[in-house]
Amino acid sequence: MLLSVNNLSVSFGGLQALNLSHFQLEDKELRVVIGPNGAGKSTFMDILCGKTKPDTGEILFNGKPTHGLTEVEIAELGIGRKFQKPTVFSSLTVFENMTLAARMKKDVFSSLFFKMSPAFKKRIIEVAERVGLTSVLHQQAGALSHGQKQWLEIAIVVLQDPKLLLIDEPAAGMSDRETERTGELLLELSKEHGVIVIEHDMHFVRQIANNRVSVLVNGKLLMEGSFEEVRNDQRVIDCYLGRANAQLEKL
Amino acid sequence: MPDKSSKLVTLLFVLFFAIVLPAGHLLGIVSINTISLWGRYCCFAIAALGIDLIWGYTGIMSMCQAFFFCLGGYCMGMHLLLKATALQGQELPDFMIWNNFSSLPAFWQPFHGFVPAVLLALLVPAGIAFIIGFFVFRSRIKGVYMAIITQALALGMYLLFLRNETKLGGTNGLTNFKTVLGFDLSSSATKLGLYFAAVVMLCISYILCRKIVNSKFGKVLQAIRDSEPRVGYTAYRVLHYKLAVFVVAAVLAGLAGMLYVPQTGIITPGRMSVTSSVEMLMWVALGGRGRLKGAIIGALLVNCLYSLCTSLFPEGWLFVLGILYILTVLYFDKGFTGLFDKLSTLLHSRRKAVVESPAISGSSSPSLRGAARLSAERDEAIS
Repeated sequence: MLLSVNNLSVSFGGLQALNLSHFQLEDKELRVVIGPNGAGKSTFMDILCGKTKPDTGEILFNGKPTHGLTEVEIAELGIGRKFQKPTVFSSLTVFENMTLAARMKKDVFSSLFFKMSPAFKKRIIEVAERVGLTSVLHQQAGALSHGQKQWLEIAIVVLQDPKLLLIDEPAAGMSDRETERTGELLLELSKEHGVIVIEHDMHFVRQIANNRVSVLVNGKLLMEGSFEEVRNDQRVIDCYLGRANAQLEKL
Repeated sequence: MPDKSSKLVTLLFVLFFAIVLPAGHLLGIVSINTISLWGRYCCFAIAALGIDLIWGYTGIMSMCQAFFFCLGGYCMGMHLLLKATALQGQELPDFMIWNNFSSLPAFWQPFHGFVPAVLLALLVPAGIAFIIGFFVFRSRIKGVYMAIITQALALGMYLLFLRNETKLGGTNGLTNFKTVLGFDLSSSATKLGLYFAAVVMLCISYILCRKIVNSKFGKVLQAIRDSEPRVGYTAYRVLHYKLAVFVVAAVLAGLAGMLYVPQTGIITPGRMSVTSSVEMLMWVALGGRGRLKGAIIGALLVNCLYSLCTSLFPEGWLFVLGILYILTVLYFDKGFTGLFDKLSTLLHSRRKAVVESPAISGSSSPSLRGAARLSAERDEAIS
């Protein structure tokens, strides 16, 4: 078991944002988390990567509790996070962005005396090919298109070589073609890493949900199952899709 | 091409300060006071390099760099004063006698020697920056709060140094220096030597700073400026990096102050007032933030202008500085160096346009530019 969460809860100003009794993720599993706005999906990721501290509950990552660790320590354990709004280092080039991200010693002195080795360079070019950024490798990241920034951030997370990737709305603001390519990329990544994806776009969810889908509603886990099970579940339709189920009916 | 021309500029720059100016003096064209003035500007430029590292590259607005500058200056001043006192056959510096001190305060003792004084001029700013930085950065104070807290610190230290109880000469500071390393401070040869020391240290500092910003460490600093949380999630300990650059900037400021004091012959708390720190930031802002050359050019040009203005119309200097600052903020946010870059690319493209056939450049470029703008606009709308 890569990740196992028990009785996790957090509230902001009296509002219970998340109350997750049980959540588990196998190694090399791709899990899609869906749910209406305010269901606590992003909060869940914030807690997993150490951005938000939970009020109660326990997270075991590879059997080790992550309670009380800083973001850096959690990142070192092997959890990488891609945010909803792409955050890249806009004044650095794509190549430099990826260089900084790659797994290595990251203390001040190692950085000061860092020398690029051919093997290291090869790995970055490999990853750049995988996310389709080879042609813009020496452009400033700030000048990239929105979709390219999303991919660059995914590349940054991948280069950290994490055991678990937390991907928050990777397809937001992408064209259909870009979305499809992102889906292929995530499926490929799930062969080597555990992946949790938050997504709204149902076409996209259907493309990537090769295993289980978790539905969060009001901070609680409503159900887990295959994409078909979730799609046909009456509670999901009532709770989550009751308001805007047009998208699902079209499928 | 731009790389080549910037190397040429650097070379000309070094040639001018290392050879032309001193040669001018030997030929009797340039007075020793002018040389000494430029020596002092070079000291300011060293401090400006540190400010560029912490503000331009890392995005941390530190408003107490003048304080670190003065720490270096006071360390050197204490040494020079002790030497001058010994030369006069006195046991205590004049101000201590006036204040009825019976003996030399313990913290003055290490400053009898030149080497300990130089080391302390670098270590004291480093140590204080480390302590302040540790608490400030650990509490994740950033942005305008960082500016306010460092400004408050600068003010507090200024008030502390004004007092006689601090045993550093109070309002009058330290002055009446006679010799450095046995050389007479009033002789032209010593002044020329000090000028050379400042120029050489400026070159060394520049080379070291360039090494720093081109290393992966420098890239991490820029990454912190762009998106600090992302740096943390990429497993870098942001605190360590910020602390390191804060200490480096403080050491550069201390070094500058240490070289400055023998050239001016006086150090007072006025040098560490809040306005001095703000002025230092202005050098870098006007010269071009995030460019090491910008910091140097800014420090030299602004101070040169200062000397010119104060001799021509003493009342007007602050107006000139203010107008320059407003113009920079409004029109050239990259400062003087950004302006040069713009001009040179303009010239470059003009030359290119003449060389290329006008039909090709005319048909392709507007549509491309339009597309680029569209994508930029879309980005903004999304974010």
